[in-house]
Amino acid sequence: MDSVIEKVVMEKGSKVLPESILKELIEKLKKRNVTEEEAKKIVELVIEVYQNSLVEPGEPIGTVTAQSIGEPGTQMTLRTFHYAGVRELNVTLGLPRLIEIVDARKVPSTPMMEVFLDEEHRYDREKAKEVARRIEFTKVENVANLVEADLYTGSIVVELDPEMLADKGLTVKDVYNALKKLNFGEVEITDEYRLEIRLKEAGDLTYISKKRERVLNAKLKGITGIKRAIIQSRKGADGREEFVIITDGSNLPQVLKVPGVDQSRTRTNSIYETEEVLGIEAARKVIINEIMNVLREQGLDVDMRHVLLVADIMTQTGRVRQIGRHGVSGEKTSFLSKAAFEMTTKHLFEASTQGKTDDLKGVTENVIVGQIIPVGTGMIELYVNVEGNSPATNENKRGE
Amino acid sequence: MSPKKFSVLDHVLVPKHERIPISEVPKVLKEINATINQLPLIRTSDPVARELGAQPGELIKIEREDEYTGKTIVYRLVVIG
Repeated sequence: MDSVIEKVVMEKGSKVLPESILKELIEKLKKRNVTEEEAKKIVELVIEVYQNSLVEPGEPIGTVTAQSIGEPGTQMTLRTFHYAGVRELNVTLGLPRLIEIVDARKVPSTPMMEVFLDEEHRYDREKAKEVARRIEFTKVENVANLVEADLYTGSIVVELDPEMLADKGLTVKDVYNALKKLNFGEVEITDEYRLEIRLKEAGDLTYISKKRERVLNAKLKGITGIKRAIIQSRKGADGREEFVIITDGSNLPQVLKVPGVDQSRTRTNSIYETEEVLGIEAARKVIINEIMNVLREQGLDVDMRHVLLVADIMTQTGRVRQIGRHGVSGEKTSFLSKAAFEMTTKHLFEASTQGKTDDLKGVTENVIVGQIIPVGTGMIELYVNVEGNSPATNENKRGE
Repeated sequence: MSPKKFSVLDHVLVPKHERIPISEVPKVLKEINATINQLPLIRTSDPVARELGAQPGELIKIEREDEYTGKTIVYRLVVIG
């Protein structure tokens, strides 16, 4: 019986209905114990309802989308931070984040990554920590008790904290090498946890404090841009608990190169980085995920299809472009429409000096000149052959 | 250290991409009832397009797996950029 139902549904519906509805239909029909005849009728009804609920030609879906996201947007809290598991790490959410996404800013105000680990490092906290250390950007400042400039001898003394060194998985030798790389002069390990740099040339106070600043910021290990790496445990897809690293700061191309990282699942909340590394389709997906995440977090129930449309428009040209003056609105062909959006005089002056003409194809232009707008039934144009009596054979030229 | 080279195509965020040769483009356009300049674009500099070695003028067939609609097929036109 089950196979019969499947056959009936696929036969009738596979060309018309989307996959998710087909699946649900088969699943529900199997539970109901229906005959073949009944199944056929049900599928026909489903197809009818589905087709009736499709968007009709000429429906202004862009406007509907703008209102459907905009209205709940007014209810959003202006400044919200969400703690990503750990107290110290918080992520911008709410309206600021939404604006950031549709503006296609290059760097999010709180960049963040979710670093998944490979088979070997996934299930062991110690091994996860090992990877986290490789990722987290560590400077001399992070492991030093004291960095002092000695004006008298013209040297800089670095006193290391053994506990911090162990925590970051570093040795005194590592610090020694990093300091040597700076090439400020002779480096010497004077005590167990004490290093001294004898500067090549003597200088005044400002010179030495500048050098001291450079020593503090000298990179020991890790990836630029990753300020913190926090280990979290969560249930994986297979039900087993696994360790995931959440980072403050984002650098997808570099993190993917780190050994121990599961390259196929690691992701960032930076749309720009995703586009650069994984391509436009991945960027589209991140846009959708991030917007849905913001809306869901605020408890707003916006239909996903509106968000899909936003993401589709933003990625249409093969690059991520913002919704606004420098992106979608700025690339419209009609100058009247552009003038209606922002910087009216600039666009009008430009158009007049260049002797532009406007085709009046869009909605805004037609509102301005007071014609019927090309939406819904207004989209239909009639071509009548005045000469002969036969109906017009010309195809509708609109939408070329 | 990494045993095999990582391909962007393996990433969970990247849906299945497939090249459509220029000779088959008219057939596809007819099937989806669209003209070539109605299609969204993908640039040759796109990481996925580079991986596939896509040439300008070809189409890329993308199978999006969406929780909402299930599998959806979208085409992007390859352009220089």
